[in-house]
Amino acid sequence: MGEMVFSFANYIEFFTQKIYWLTFVKTAAFSIGVTMLAFLVSFPIAFYLTKVISKKNAGFLMVLLLIPLWVGELVTVYGWMVLLGDHGVINHLLITIGLIDEPINMLYTNFSMVVGLLYMSMLFMVIPVMSTLQSLDDSLIEAACDLGASKWDIYTKIIIPYSMPGITSGAIIVFMLVIGDYLAPNLLGGKNSLWFTEQIYNNFLQTFNWNEGAAFGFLLLIFSSAIIWFALKLSGQKLEKVGS
Amino acid sequence: MIRSLPSSSLYRIGYGVYVFLFFTFLLMPLVAISVLAFNDSNFISLPWNGFTLDWFFSETDERQGLFADEELIASIYTSITTGFFVAVLSTLVGTFAALLFEEEQFRLKGLFYFLALAPLVIPGVILGISILLTATAAGNHIENTFGLDVELFRPSYWLVVLGQFSFAATYVMLLVTARLKKFDRTLEEAALSLKATRLEAIWYVTIPFLRPAIIGAFVVAFILSFSNINTTIFLIGSDPTLPIDLYSRIRFSSTPILNAVSFMIVVAISGLAIINFFANRSNK
Repeated sequence: MGEMVFSFANYIEFFTQKIYWLTFVKTAAFSIGVTMLAFLVSFPIAFYLTKVISKKNAGFLMVLLLIPLWVGELVTVYGWMVLLGDHGVINHLLITIGLIDEPINMLYTNFSMVVGLLYMSMLFMVIPVMSTLQSLDDSLIEAACDLGASKWDIYTKIIIPYSMPGITSGAIIVFMLVIGDYLAPNLLGGKNSLWFTEQIYNNFLQTFNWNEGAAFGFLLLIFSSAIIWFALKLSGQKLEKVGS
Repeated sequence: MIRSLPSSSLYRIGYGVYVFLFFTFLLMPLVAISVLAFNDSNFISLPWNGFTLDWFFSETDERQGLFADEELIASIYTSITTGFFVAVLSTLVGTFAALLFEEEQFRLKGLFYFLALAPLVIPGVILGISILLTATAAGNHIENTFGLDVELFRPSYWLVVLGQFSFAATYVMLLVTARLKKFDRTLEEAALSLKATRLEAIWYVTIPFLRPAIIGAFVVAFILSFSNINTTIFLIGSDPTLPIDLYSRIRFSSTPILNAVSFMIVVAISGLAIINFFANRSNK
């Protein structure tokens, strides 16, 4: 490590080397995208589990929902590798039923990476949204329905505004999980899907440039917090309200 | 659209199909690895060549099963003991933290509560590198001033325990706090007015009420430790935990033994989840 001196050289490195800040911009953009996707995918499920089906069945489905989370990210990412590979399960099935002749290249692309990231994070959107929806009084929806509101209006004017605190806290957790993730980009992403955390891992575990790695870690924390702060300002949400 | 309201059959069917697809998406990877763990083939892919238990029990050179792979057994053992120590430590500290923040008033409480919650949103990689850097700096300092080489301050078994404890305790605290919010404080006051000491009141009244949450939190802490890789990878010493071992195998040499291990994990976790489900149901 050499002589310890105070210096901003490691931080400056980030801004002067195009590859570093470009990687960060790409990582942040993908993380925001996955967060939105997680909301779109999870919201109907959260609503289904709290308002549509009976409590007993909901309990059972909750257990199904939690199993992938408990099994751990590594095993599920590995599962996606097995499914999406060129000789993987999905390609094999598609060829067997004659839908395609040549395997589709899915693994080691941005597609497989997004699937992995979405898979490991969407649950953290379902749970907070469910906990806000539980306190939503059914009679509000019934009243709107009696007064002739369309389903679209009920969703966009009652249900989603009501569950906004849950959506916001879910979005924060999903965003931080995705931007800080390593396994899915590393194992499912291709050569071009370089993730910012991979730079930190490389600095610590391969090139042993701990100082630069530490600087990058700190930048990741600052920038991701800044993005969340910005998003909260834009959407007019307050962090204090989200926490409760 | 909700339980009490009728809706068109098109809407209901559409919604049902979506939910079905969602759960297919959710379970597909787990089902695929579980099934392929029994495929009689040297590659992790279809076609299905028939059923075999080779990837669990075989001891030949060509096919080494899970139970014949000493390295793997060693890493499973490491993971289980690590998980146990992490669960014990974080259950103790997390429960105390829940009692502290829920029942006491003190200066800078808001700040401390914020700090206690921070590991929820701080990416695991940052926790990992900051613990590594702090420990190494402390270790170097102690070595230079006292000439002592303390194992805890180098990447090692106990540093992994410490690192995983740092975020597992937060989850324990949240789970116990949720139960504590339903606790009727007058019970504690009654104990105090009957001349119990503060400690006795907590031990005989509060803790028994919290027991289900504490047991649940212990299991969650164990699972968090057992599956963690983001933080652990920086702190690991000479003996890898199971996820670290699996990770290097996935990157360098994939054989269906990985499916066998994953299958065992899936079975163990599903078993725990189902026990938990029925235990919760019989409580109500």
